[in-house]
Amino acid sequence: MSNPLQAAVDFEQVSVILDGRTVLEDISFTVGRGRFVGIIGPNGAGKTTLLRAMLGLVQTAQGRVSVLGVVGYVPQRNSAPHAFPASATDVALMGRLSRRHGFRATEQDLEAARLSLEQVGMAAAAGRPVATLSGGEFRRVMLAQSLAAGAELLVLDEPTSGLDLPAEQEFYSLLGRLRSELSLTVVAVSHDLLALGGQADELICINRRIHLHGNPEEVVHSHAIQEAYSCEFDFIAGEIARHSGEPGGA
Amino acid sequence: MESYALHNAWLAALLAGAVFGLLGFFVVLRRLAFIGVGISHSAVAGAALGLTAGLAPMLSAGLVTVVTAAAIAGTGRDKLGEDTAIGIYLAATMGLAALALGASAEHSHELFDYLFGDLLSVGPADVALLAAAAAVVVVSVGLLFRRLLLVSFDEELARAYGLAVGRLDLALLLLLSLAVLVGVRVVGGLLVSGMLVVPAATAALWTSDFRRQIPLAVALSIGCCLAGLALALRFELSAGGTVVTSAIAAFALSLAFNRTRG
Repeated sequence: MSNPLQAAVDFEQVSVILDGRTVLEDISFTVGRGRFVGIIGPNGAGKTTLLRAMLGLVQTAQGRVSVLGVVGYVPQRNSAPHAFPASATDVALMGRLSRRHGFRATEQDLEAARLSLEQVGMAAAAGRPVATLSGGEFRRVMLAQSLAAGAELLVLDEPTSGLDLPAEQEFYSLLGRLRSELSLTVVAVSHDLLALGGQADELICINRRIHLHGNPEEVVHSHAIQEAYSCEFDFIAGEIARHSGEPGGA
Repeated sequence: MESYALHNAWLAALLAGAVFGLLGFFVVLRRLAFIGVGISHSAVAGAALGLTAGLAPMLSAGLVTVVTAAAIAGTGRDKLGEDTAIGIYLAATMGLAALALGASAEHSHELFDYLFGDLLSVGPADVALLAAAAAVVVVSVGLLFRRLLLVSFDEELARAYGLAVGRLDLALLLLLSLAVLVGVRVVGGLLVSGMLVVPAATAALWTSDFRRQIPLAVALSIGCCLAGLALALRFELSAGGTVVTSAIAAFALSLAFNRTRG
């Protein structure tokens, strides 16, 4: 049993060097259990590398990464591979059965998959071929896959990219409900800093190193964010306009 | 004596069909058709080298396919990319085969059997080898099935769950090498890659559930091997050609039916 006082994620002076280039430099932060932390930053800032370091998929050149409990990962994709011959239930079972020998899922496994699909509102689609799911439905099934694996920490890479605004809002509302019902910790990377800022408890803005870390209101309205994005004009105003649907806000 | 030889041929067709269908599912799912071509052509090169050097051709074919599979698995992860790596190994092995044959033209007739197979010359030792290879493939796929399915779905996700994706890839390629060796005696090195793709692709036209797709691929593959052998015996044709042509006919009919059905 994990100690409830321990952080779910702890980065201590982490640096990552890929192909001779420093992608992350001296990154330190903690994510408390049950918190939702959003990672933002411009293209090439190292956001995905940070997630990969959290998942143990890249070697750190320096520093230490600690993660507590089972981690569920929702990769950045909107659909299953073309014509993938599996149902939503099969995909929900994938994480749970990933280290299991053999072919068959037990009754317990199937029950866990059924429950997780129900939790994400996809119970009716349990038998549907995964290749026929919409982008929003697919993301829900990927969440179910993490839940069925017993994840306490969800790591989401661009969870709403490719989704329209209603689907995006629906996804975040589902995530909020799951967090409160299951006491999940969430770390998400997104280009869409306003959407993420509206949902997360904390935002971390990185561009190779951490530029800002705080509550979303502070981070989004800080002058330092323009420096992190190497951007001289007030792009946040444009983002706000885009989100509120005002003309010229694209 | 003749019926005994035929008995071996039918058994070989049955066993090879099962291996092709089972592994073909993953070849189609993971888009490994070109890798199948690379590995199967390396078996021909291995056999040619063995014939020229006076070694057992199946042994040399086995060695070359395993080395090629391991090399593709290793190089494919580098900057070159998998298709480029396969192209290079394909050129290397076929170049070696051409050189070996040029050095000993008297073996060209024997090599023809490794190019297009000779089901009717399969002996009890071949059948025993086929049975052992089929058992290894069935047990390995059975044990690794869920992992291979996850890696086929999303490699990054598989890694996040702690799976050694590189090792699983290597295991799959080594199983493919085994299937190629099985197939060299049955349909030949040039045609075996077709049998690793066509029946599984045909099954994929009929169902989008792996629980039905795999048995269907195996059944189609066995059916085509047996039908091909029957046609070869009836019309005195090359069994390799009739087996693969049967598989293509099944695919074409399935495609036409599925298009008509909409």
